[in-house]
Amino acid sequence: MSAQPVTLTIDDVGVTVPAGTLIVEAAKRAGIHIPVFCYHPKLEPVGMCRMCLVEIGRPRRDRATGAPVLGADGRPVVDFGPKLETACTTPVGEGWVVRGLTENARAGRREVLEFLLTSHPLDCPVCDKGGECPLQNLTIAHGPGKSRFAYDEKMHLAKRVPLGDLIVLDRERCIQCGRCVRFQEEIVGEPVIGFTERGRKMEIVTFSEPGFDSVFSGNTTDICPVGALTTADFRFEARPWELRAAASICSHCPVGCNLTLNVRRQPNARGQIQVQRVMPRQNEAVNEIWICDKGRFGHHFASSPERLAAPLVRRGEGLVEVSWEEALAAAGDGLRRAQGRIVGLGGGRAANEDLYQLRTLIERLGGSAALAEWMAGGDLIQQFGAGSQFDFGRLGAGDAILVLASDLQEEAPLWWLRIKQAADRGAAVLVAGARPTRLEGHAAQVLRHPPGHAVQTALGLLHALRGTRDLARFRGDEGVRQAAKFIREARELAVLFGREGLDEAGTQALACASAELLVASGHAGRPGSGLIAVWPKANTQGAWEIGLRPPPGGLHSMLAGAGAAVIVAADPAGDDPALGEAVDRCGFVVVQELFLTETARRADVVFPAQAFTEREGTYTSGERRVQRAYPAVPPLAGTRPDWRILADLGAQVGLSLENGSASALFEAMAADVPSFAGLSYRALAHVESQWPIVGGDDLYYGGTAYRNEQGLGIKLPALAEQGPTAAVHWIAPVEAPSGGKVLLVPVERLLDSGTTLLPTRELDPRRARPQAMLSRSDADAWGVADGDEVEAAWKGRSARLAVVVSDGVPAGCVLIPRSVGVPLDAPAAGRVAAVRERA
Amino acid sequence: MAEHILLRHRDIPGLDELDVYLKHGGFEGLRKAVTKMSAQQVIDEVKASGLRGRGGAGFPAGLKWSFLTPGVFPRYVVANADESEPGTFKDREILESNPYQFLEGLAICAYAAQVRTAYVYCRGEFWDLAQALEWRIDQLHQQGLLGEQLFGTKYALEIHVHLGAGAYICGEETALLDSLEGKLGQPRLRPPFPAAAGLYGKPTVINNVETLTNLPPVLTRGAAWYKTIGTEKSPGPKIFCLSGCVVRPGNYELPLGTTFRELVFDRGGGVPSGRRIKAILPAGASSTILAATDAVLDTPMDYESVAAIGSTLGSASVIVLDDSVDMTWAVLKTSRFFKHESCGKCTPCREGTYWMLHIAERLHAGRGSRQDVALLETVARQIQGKCLCALGEFSTMPVVSAVQNFRADFEQHAAGER
Repeated sequence: MSAQPVTLTIDDVGVTVPAGTLIVEAAKRAGIHIPVFCYHPKLEPVGMCRMCLVEIGRPRRDRATGAPVLGADGRPVVDFGPKLETACTTPVGEGWVVRGLTENARAGRREVLEFLLTSHPLDCPVCDKGGECPLQNLTIAHGPGKSRFAYDEKMHLAKRVPLGDLIVLDRERCIQCGRCVRFQEEIVGEPVIGFTERGRKMEIVTFSEPGFDSVFSGNTTDICPVGALTTADFRFEARPWELRAAASICSHCPVGCNLTLNVRRQPNARGQIQVQRVMPRQNEAVNEIWICDKGRFGHHFASSPERLAAPLVRRGEGLVEVSWEEALAAAGDGLRRAQGRIVGLGGGRAANEDLYQLRTLIERLGGSAALAEWMAGGDLIQQFGAGSQFDFGRLGAGDAILVLASDLQEEAPLWWLRIKQAADRGAAVLVAGARPTRLEGHAAQVLRHPPGHAVQTALGLLHALRGTRDLARFRGDEGVRQAAKFIREARELAVLFGREGLDEAGTQALACASAELLVASGHAGRPGSGLIAVWPKANTQGAWEIGLRPPPGGLHSMLAGAGAAVIVAADPAGDDPALGEAVDRCGFVVVQELFLTETARRADVVFPAQAFTEREGTYTSGERRVQRAYPAVPPLAGTRPDWRILADLGAQVGLSLENGSASALFEAMAADVPSFAGLSYRALAHVESQWPIVGGDDLYYGGTAYRNEQGLGIKLPALAEQGPTAAVHWIAPVEAPSGGKVLLVPVERLLDSGTTLLPTRELDPRRARPQAMLSRSDADAWGVADGDEVEAAWKGRSARLAVVVSDGVPAGCVLIPRSVGVPLDAPAAGRVAAVRERA
Repeated sequence: MAEHILLRHRDIPGLDELDVYLKHGGFEGLRKAVTKMSAQQVIDEVKASGLRGRGGAGFPAGLKWSFLTPGVFPRYVVANADESEPGTFKDREILESNPYQFLEGLAICAYAAQVRTAYVYCRGEFWDLAQALEWRIDQLHQQGLLGEQLFGTKYALEIHVHLGAGAYICGEETALLDSLEGKLGQPRLRPPFPAAAGLYGKPTVINNVETLTNLPPVLTRGAAWYKTIGTEKSPGPKIFCLSGCVVRPGNYELPLGTTFRELVFDRGGGVPSGRRIKAILPAGASSTILAATDAVLDTPMDYESVAAIGSTLGSASVIVLDDSVDMTWAVLKTSRFFKHESCGKCTPCREGTYWMLHIAERLHAGRGSRQDVALLETVARQIQGKCLCALGEFSTMPVVSAVQNFRADFEQHAAGER
């Protein structure tokens, strides 16, 4: 950043930029368009497309003294080279004169465009990109009116080449700019696509099996400057100019990627307005201009025909549809009968407003509200969380990032992506886990521990930092000491912890140890450092801010012992059959849901809630950034937002809760919840200009990611930034469950079969299945191979699973994906046996 | 020239046998370099000889080596044996018949560049030569002429042979490097130049086979002797590849500065009887096509003189066309070649070569018009000055020069007169 300023003239405008800045970028910062196709501000320049050709004049210098030579008029003599030069590969120079508007330079642009169009099919009328196409826009701005190329001599190529299940290539439209290839190689580090062949035959191919095997694949369609790459989801579905845009926040994971939902009235859905596609919305501090494929494709649940559209009330064995009045009356009666023995259960999928309303309702009824996810540590995140200046994008050489017990690419892909890029910039990434994950390929140090021993590793690091005797039994090996050295010497430190191989007590211990690491290494309270929990849901952190906690005695006893329960955005019975039984034992159950979940089936009253696409709300990301989502489509008739359902319920029992607007409710919450003090919808909508420029007239430059005009959100400061916090003490790890033959460990898979992802059929081929990932030695011992069926049994439960033999799995351990219909949510000791089909 | 310096096997039978090569002073140049000279002294000697790169650009070899970023190791030396220019077949003869002189030259270059690993990048079609080279490298190892402690010193050198996959573009040095690294062979952006960031991002020298084959005699006989051959600015011997409409095509080792007339008529026996010489392509397909006037025929073939008449010496692949040749056919051939070999990385070359070929096909088949003749020339000019590497530029040179110098041939086609 301390690079010398350089002043030059571009198209007669004086521009001052840091030395090393490329001419295209200097021009863009001054608001001057230099057209590009292959250049992208997030990628290394390659100078392939030749669209950015300009005249460059350099001041003549005296050979002996190096001083600029002055002309008769006293001004420096500027010499222009004989050829046009590429502005995208040339860094600026002092006193240079760059001309893009001379006849010569214009001719260069016109001629390059004429060349590009000789091969391009010009099928704009049926092309998905038409209307937001850099090639189309730049042709209109700079191209020849007509081509001298004989149309019949055009090369014809395949129009539908699936690179994978999600991305389709149109070879004719491709202009071989290589942005997609370079995105995968440089940004993601997963070079699963590349060029093959030469000349006009050069084409994009995939090298992976399955094809285009990367969870970031959809981003290539945003930066593709033509309609060559399209998504299976949006291909031939709509024209860009028919789409309206609404700002939103991704509801799938705690990263909180900023989205734009593009909506359109759908002729094939009875004229309903539906989400047509999900696009990234720029927030350089959160997701930059990228999103993962789960966020991009996992929106179909909101328009699913399976959605609940009317309240249900239990009549005997069954649930029947009734009016809102009847359902509210029934629910009110049930809550009154419980006489204060009421519990609320909120899931981290719900917005801050819903969870706050739930807590308020339940507490005013004399009960208590709890969080449905059992993972611990949210209170420590409030103290030691990512600081007010925290940004993965600022981490680089001299900084360290420690990741414990999380397969980050599967759980929070954009954090993975940004940590990978921090590693590229020189940050020391330290990965502690029981098995290899994709992040380890970018790690400075890998700390391998037995399954479930993340706490021991964290305490080993703490021992290496502190050397105190109480920790001596956790003394680690040389790798731990080396990792501790990185942590101690780091300028900024980010610690991320997940829950792989752990239960609630384990995550509590891991959170404490992680927080203490920040304290011991002197990073606690630094605005650029902090602790991040890889939560299972998008707004789990928000729930903690609002005061919802996993119930102290466990979910089972809380539900089973309650007179009445109000369950919002959670499906305990679906997660665990034992919890289904607890729901059955609860006196009276009200569920607010999108779908008829296992829990809803067992309820006394079910209210149909609105999806995140239909309503306003705020979410608190794992980094503690509070962000606003806006309504994109009209709500499904018969549904209400969760917070209003709760207000209506309150009215039934004589309580006056905010029921006017989400923003008024937010302000009430901000007045009540210390974390949110001073925040308002208006403050959350604050925007600042961001780099690189995307969208609009600049979509040729940064791609079709949407410009953020609806709010960057507000980053909450960590309490530790404001001074010393309550002391944190490490607690001893709990032993992993024992008593069985093997340890069954649930693991997160990005593309699962959860309620909000199942309706996206495009993802079916990539979805995790009920499978048992096990080591080769165990497979041999049990006499099973890939594809065989095994039966796993634990805690009186069992499941049939397909065997996947993997070198990465520790012996004695079987990994089972979460949210694929196997009721295993925490590690359990169990048995696995081959299923032998009788002949 | 009585004595062959590069095609020495023509004077000494069996020179491709190591014992014969050694008997005739083989590896004395390398021995002298490694045991008696510093790396810098070798560079200085080569600079003093005035040896210029024989791959086409004619860049002074010693100067090129001195550009290596100081202090950065490992470094690499790569011999460019991707000889692919149409009409060029000099490196093939060296590799076939005088391979040890080439390998010795490569080793001298490696020593001068302080390199312990050198590569020979052979074009894919040289698979037999590549195999033979590997066998010969084994022989050198057995004789202690490669490997650790050469000539009892601390200097060690390994040479590896890599076979390309048959792409012309891989003769371009940065595409060659990508190909050698296992990537798709496409030219890199420059800067950085290979001397700063070449193979695997390390400082790298890339020299042509013929250039390297000059080194043993430069060291054994000295720069002063070397400069007695050729012209002042283009010293030394050169292998001229003579082909096309000549009586005796083949490789001719002659001093730089020999005239076209001497090569084509005195050595090559002129064009077949009854015909007249029409045109000359001095540098294979990558040439401005010269009308074979007396002024052209009397031009000395050195880098400066050929440039002065508006063409390039390049790799000295002299293709002669006589008056039986229709220039639209010649342009069709070069256009088809460049369209086939364009790597596709940059737009003007990828699209422009495709377009030029289609116009050339139309004209040659008598389906074109006078406007197509003009269009062919403007498309070629439209490519010029815009490409990422020289290939695109080369593709336009025969087209523009043929249309300008032999317009009648094209217009006859356009009018349907042929």
